Amino acid sequence: MSQFLSFALEASFALVVLSVVLAFIRLAKGPSLPDRVVALDMMTVAIVAFCGLAAIRYETAAFLDVALVLALVGFLATVALARFAERNTARTKESTNE
Amino acid sequence: MSEWITALLLLIGGVFAVIGSIGLLRLPDVLIRMHASTKIGTLACGLIIAGSAVFFADAQITIRVIAIILFLLLTAPIAAHMIGRAAVSTGVKLWENKTQGQLDE
Repeated sequence: MSQFLSFALEASFALVVLSVVLAFIRLAKGPSLPDRVVALDMMTVAIVAFCGLAAIRYETAAFLDVALVLALVGFLATVALARFAERNTARTKESTNE
Repeated sequence: MSEWITALLLLIGGVFAVIGSIGLLRLPDVLIRMHASTKIGTLACGLIIAGSAVFFADAQITIRVIAIILFLLLTAPIAAHMIGRAAVSTGVKLWENKTQGQLDE
């Protein structure tokens, strides 16, 4: 592995971890539930990218399978949380009307 | 040569990931934040995963990487659409742009 590649690898590890941290700040701060769901979605995508980086760093292709499954699970989690938020507000609206 | 391409893809992807989450942190309301995070997140992740495909240079791994990128491209808009619909129906407070009135006149 050349020097430039290993530098780029370490730098992009740092950048991706920084982006996870920034998304986590939004997750903690987020004034509403959709804000938190968006932040969680961003974190999942960043961790998929992290798995790609780990595959290069340890020269193990199995991390790409992890990335694939994580993308799938992250999509399901996002959809489930979005449906939960929507249904939750529909229910509270119904109960306040009656 | 391929190591240079890999390194460039990784660096560009990492920079885009940080730009996306800065947007997520600084922009004013949910829908605008979603604009930053979903599109740039997909781009950053796609670039980094493509970088790993270039690094391994193996047919099986390339197919796996193409599957991951296709999956991200298919699911990210659906997830964003559902969050957006949930946000609108929840009635979150949207950003009031102070300059909008001046443009209408």
